[in-house]
Amino acid sequence: MKFLEDLVNNLKPNFEKGGKFEKLYWVFEGFETFLFQMGTTTSGKGVHVRDAIDLKRLMITVVIAMVPATIFGMWNVGHQHFLAIGQEVGFWLKFWIGFKLVLPIIIVSYAVGLGIEFIFTSIKKHPIAEGFLVTGMLIPLVVPPTIPLWQVALATAFAVIIGKEVFGGTGMNIFNVALTARAFLYFAYPQEISGEIWTYFGDQVPIDSYSGATALAVAAATEGSSTVLGDFANAWQEGFYSLKNLFIGAVPGSIGETSTFMILIGAVILWLTRVGSGKIMFSVFVGAYIMGLIFNFFGANPYMEMPAHYHLVTGGLAFGAVFMATDPVTATQTETGKWIYGFFIGILTVLIRVLNPAYPEGIMLAILLMNTFAPLIDFYIVKANKKRRLQRATV
Amino acid sequence: MIETIRIKKGFDINLKGKAVKRIEEISPPETYALKPTDFIGIIRPKLMVKEGDTVQAGTPILFCKKNEKVKYVAPVSGEIAEIVRGEKRKLLEVRILADKDIKYAPAKKYSSSEINGLSKQDVARILCDQGIWPNIMQRPYGIIANPEDEPRDIFVSGYDSSPLAPDYDFIYQGQEQYIQTGIDILNKFVKGQLHLTVDADAEFSKVFSQLKNINLHKISGPHPAGNVGIQIHHIKPINKGDILWTTTPFGLAQIGKLFMEGKYEAEKVIALTGPEVKNPQYYKVRTGTSIKKILENNLLSDNIRVVSGNALTGEKIAKDGYLGFYHNQITVLEEGNKPVLLGWFKPTFKELSLHRALGLLSFLNPKKTEYNLNTNTRGDKRAFVLSGVFEKVLPMDIYPTNLFKAIITEDYDEMEALGIYEVIEEDVALCEFVDVSKHNIQQIVRDGIELLQNS
Repeated sequence: MKFLEDLVNNLKPNFEKGGKFEKLYWVFEGFETFLFQMGTTTSGKGVHVRDAIDLKRLMITVVIAMVPATIFGMWNVGHQHFLAIGQEVGFWLKFWIGFKLVLPIIIVSYAVGLGIEFIFTSIKKHPIAEGFLVTGMLIPLVVPPTIPLWQVALATAFAVIIGKEVFGGTGMNIFNVALTARAFLYFAYPQEISGEIWTYFGDQVPIDSYSGATALAVAAATEGSSTVLGDFANAWQEGFYSLKNLFIGAVPGSIGETSTFMILIGAVILWLTRVGSGKIMFSVFVGAYIMGLIFNFFGANPYMEMPAHYHLVTGGLAFGAVFMATDPVTATQTETGKWIYGFFIGILTVLIRVLNPAYPEGIMLAILLMNTFAPLIDFYIVKANKKRRLQRATV
Repeated sequence: MIETIRIKKGFDINLKGKAVKRIEEISPPETYALKPTDFIGIIRPKLMVKEGDTVQAGTPILFCKKNEKVKYVAPVSGEIAEIVRGEKRKLLEVRILADKDIKYAPAKKYSSSEINGLSKQDVARILCDQGIWPNIMQRPYGIIANPEDEPRDIFVSGYDSSPLAPDYDFIYQGQEQYIQTGIDILNKFVKGQLHLTVDADAEFSKVFSQLKNINLHKISGPHPAGNVGIQIHHIKPINKGDILWTTTPFGLAQIGKLFMEGKYEAEKVIALTGPEVKNPQYYKVRTGTSIKKILENNLLSDNIRVVSGNALTGEKIAKDGYLGFYHNQITVLEEGNKPVLLGWFKPTFKELSLHRALGLLSFLNPKKTEYNLNTNTRGDKRAFVLSGVFEKVLPMDIYPTNLFKAIITEDYDEMEALGIYEVIEEDVALCEFVDVSKHNIQQIVRDGIELLQNS
């Protein structure tokens, strides 16, 4: 403790005004505040005591909520790999394969993102915000396990610069940063991010019967007189797209999005700690379910006839609802607004899934779209408050 | 039957060091000070005395050029010992070396029938000349009231819900008749009514329950329920163009004493509180007293901060500093100036938090747990990341985040529309306490108020 304190204090002059690395002061400050809760005290006027919370604790809580989904995602990458090549192996080997694939993606995402943060921090001379702690973890969880690392780097760089820094940094951005990265990949590399990318084969050849299609792809491809559930039942392996397996998440998909169960554990953590808005999470699910029911009512094609609750366990709906839609910077701020915001994300997700022929998943576009509308929703809710105040005055 | 206002939003900060209900006798201090900086709204204080002058309790010492009628007076008799100025010769303190026996500046005594016969103008003149007027504050803006206004209503809070606040029933016991006279006198000014709100969660206040000519209310809930601003919001909110006055039970009693006894009586009971105090208890002192003797041999350590007022809204003063004009409490806290290794990560039961993020386990403690909070900021200043937490501690129909942003961007219309007239610093003190990004919210609100005032 004393040793570390001395070390930091010895290094500090180099980064202060006139020091050798003056320009890197805020980077140094970032590391220093990471290591220590500083001895800064409250000012002489105003509050003299402060709540023990800070942005670091808030952000790290979200990262911890993502741990179950991440661990499961690593296992699932290995699980899908060995399913595809027709081998049966134990838990740890599956996990190991996944770990080897996912860890580099996480490292690249953090390295590129934090590197850019450091550069901007030094140029703009403001403290490093901890927002990227969360973003850096979110990006790896929404990409396929087979993604080339250069794409991860490029998408992260795009998201941090265009999605965040041009708006002024953490707290000022309009769009969810991690989803900006995902959207960038989708629109910049449409070919690379579709098809048989959800399963890692390595140098092995998949067994003949294997199909690595996601549940949403299967649902979207269902045609004619067959039903989605029928196609699910005819999967290459029995019970592969069963409700239970979809809920557990042992299916192909982006690294962290498949397991509704593990994501719900994260949701409980976020809800219990009040770090993520329970209202948003809940209303996304409600919106998606209601839209599913509406489609059931019309039932114009097999996809519309898919039972509404299947929408809740397939694709990235749960992940988006719990970790993306609840981003406090890009969501609505007002409590009433959160119900509306979440509800429309749910509705739009299912709408895009079922009606858009080009792309089977809708949660990404739904959240980005609602990000744009969030300020508008707040505007009208706050306007109602202003109106109440004004009416009172005339009485 | 008095209806109870129930509020849910807010947060009680339970600090260690609650004052024991006993008044400790101490020998009177040698010096007192009048600090112009205590008075919000004073812009250019003009001195009426110079060093070496002798004054009596109630002798005018200064006035503000903006409102020359309102005089600020000496709390005790004695000699002007020192006039302390700061940067740009800003007047900071007028120190008085006190006499052993306090001599009072002569003032007229009034019988109750004489009081009834006084006009509003007479009363205003007497209160201004005798230095009692600064107890009356105006909303909006939270500045010293203008004696020429006719307030819509006058509000008084009958209890204090701030951390370690003194018990009003204890510090005002025996003052009932003075408070009643104060109420009768203020009733001459008001268009509407006088309102006084007491704590519904405690025993019905003995001091206030028998008062007449005043509207009694009860409020229940966590801090800031005891703030007069919150009470106004729930009883009869401030609208654009309204002028309301607020005062304290101390102000009412001081008015009563002036008229009934013919003297400016600065005596008050204050609480010495806080985790770093050996024997937290009450003291009988006078406004502006030096706190040196009170703290002597009564502190647990050296690395401390002395706050005149409470831990949320008070002002840091020196160990031999002076009690603020409006304060009836001293809080002594540990100065949190030591770095803590991985302090942001450590799980803790000992540090209080409204939040439940990683490691913040105080919510698991029993409700009565007392905390030893120090003055560390616990994190560094960051950009506003909205976490919806301000909304949980401001029990008003106001969107605090939007209001603060309107102030920062200096958007006058927005500020007004979002309700800036209804708040002053103390009402948003909890927002500042819980702020994840560690902004000085109270200062932001005062800046906004000043922008509007000067527009």
